[in-house]
Amino acid sequence: MALDPLFQWLYATAAGEVIRENESLFPWLEAIHVLAITLVVGSIAIVDLRLIGVSSLDRTVTRLTKDVLPLTWIAFAVALLTGVLMFISNAVNYAHNFYFQIKILLLVLAGINMLFFHFVVGRDVDSWGVSAQTTPLRARVAGGTSLLLWVGVVAFGRWIGFTLQPHLVGG
Amino acid sequence: MRTQALDNFCAWIERTPLSQAIQVTSWSVPAVQTVHILAIAAVMASVLMLNLRLLGVMGRDRPIAEVSARFRPVIWWTLPILLLSGAILIVGEPVRSLENWVFQLKMTLLITVIILTLAYQVPLKKDRNYWDTTGTRRGAIKLIAIVSLALWVGIVCAGRWIAYV
Repeated sequence: MALDPLFQWLYATAAGEVIRENESLFPWLEAIHVLAITLVVGSIAIVDLRLIGVSSLDRTVTRLTKDVLPLTWIAFAVALLTGVLMFISNAVNYAHNFYFQIKILLLVLAGINMLFFHFVVGRDVDSWGVSAQTTPLRARVAGGTSLLLWVGVVAFGRWIGFTLQPHLVGG
Repeated sequence: MRTQALDNFCAWIERTPLSQAIQVTSWSVPAVQTVHILAIAAVMASVLMLNLRLLGVMGRDRPIAEVSARFRPVIWWTLPILLLSGAILIVGEPVRSLENWVFQLKMTLLITVIILTLAYQVPLKKDRNYWDTTGTRRGAIKLIAIVSLALWVGIVCAGRWIAYV
C-alpha cells in the first residue's frame, strides 16, 4: 500500500507504543469508542426515523436536528479520537484489513450523504413542517440511506476485531 | 463469582446443539454482536435524550412526560432484543461471560438501572407533573438522571471489557 511508510511511522510513534504496551489502555479506548459510536448511531437514527416518517412526528425536522445533532457531533469527535488512537497502535494491520477499509468507505459515504442532504435534499427543510406527510420522498431516501450506511459501519467495525492481525485485540 | 455449580452449568450449555452451532459458525458471534450494539445504540441515544431533559439541559420547551413518552417505548422494546442477542452470545461462549466478574458487574448495573428507571417512570405515569411539583422532586430527578447516565455508561464499558478479563 502506497501509504505504508506513513502507517509504519504512526505505529512507531510514542503514542502507538504506549497504547500497544499498556494492558488496559486499548480496552478502555475500545470501550469509549463503542460508547461514542452507540451515541452517534442512535442519535442519527432518531433524525433518520423522523426523515423517513416513523417517529418524532410531532416536531419539525429543523427543531429535532437542533436538539440532536450537537450531541451527534460531540460523540463523533470522541469516536474519531479513540478510533485514531487505536489505529496508530497497529496502523499497518488496520490499514490492510478488508473490514476496516470498508468501514472507512461507508463512513465517507455517510459523510457524502449528509453533505448532499445539507446542500441539496434539505435545502427547503424549514418549510417541511410537522407530521409524516411533509417530508418529501428524497428526504426519506436520504434517511434510509443513512440508516443502512451506519448499520454497515457498526457491522464492519465489529468484524475488524475478529479478523485483525493481533497485538491486543478482544473478540 | 465462580462455583462448581456454575462450572457444571457452563459445561452443560457448551454441549447443547445451539452452543455447538454457534461455536462452529464463525460469523455468528460478530453478527449477533452487531445486532447487540445496534440495540444498545437505540437505548443509549434514547436514555441520553431523556436524561438530558430530566437534567433540564435539553428540550425544556416540552414537559418531561412528553419526552418520556417519545423515548420510553424505545428503551423497553429494545431491552428484549438486547437480552435475546446477549443470551445467544452467552450460549456460544458461556465461560467467557457467566464466570467473568465484569459480566457479573454488568448484570448488576443493568438490574440497578432498570429498577431506577421504573422508580421514576411509575410515578410519572400516574401524574405527568410529578417530578415538577416540588423543589425536592426537581432535585431528586436530576440526581436520578446523573446516576442513570453513569450506570448506562458503566454497562457499555463493562460490556466491552468482558472480552479482556
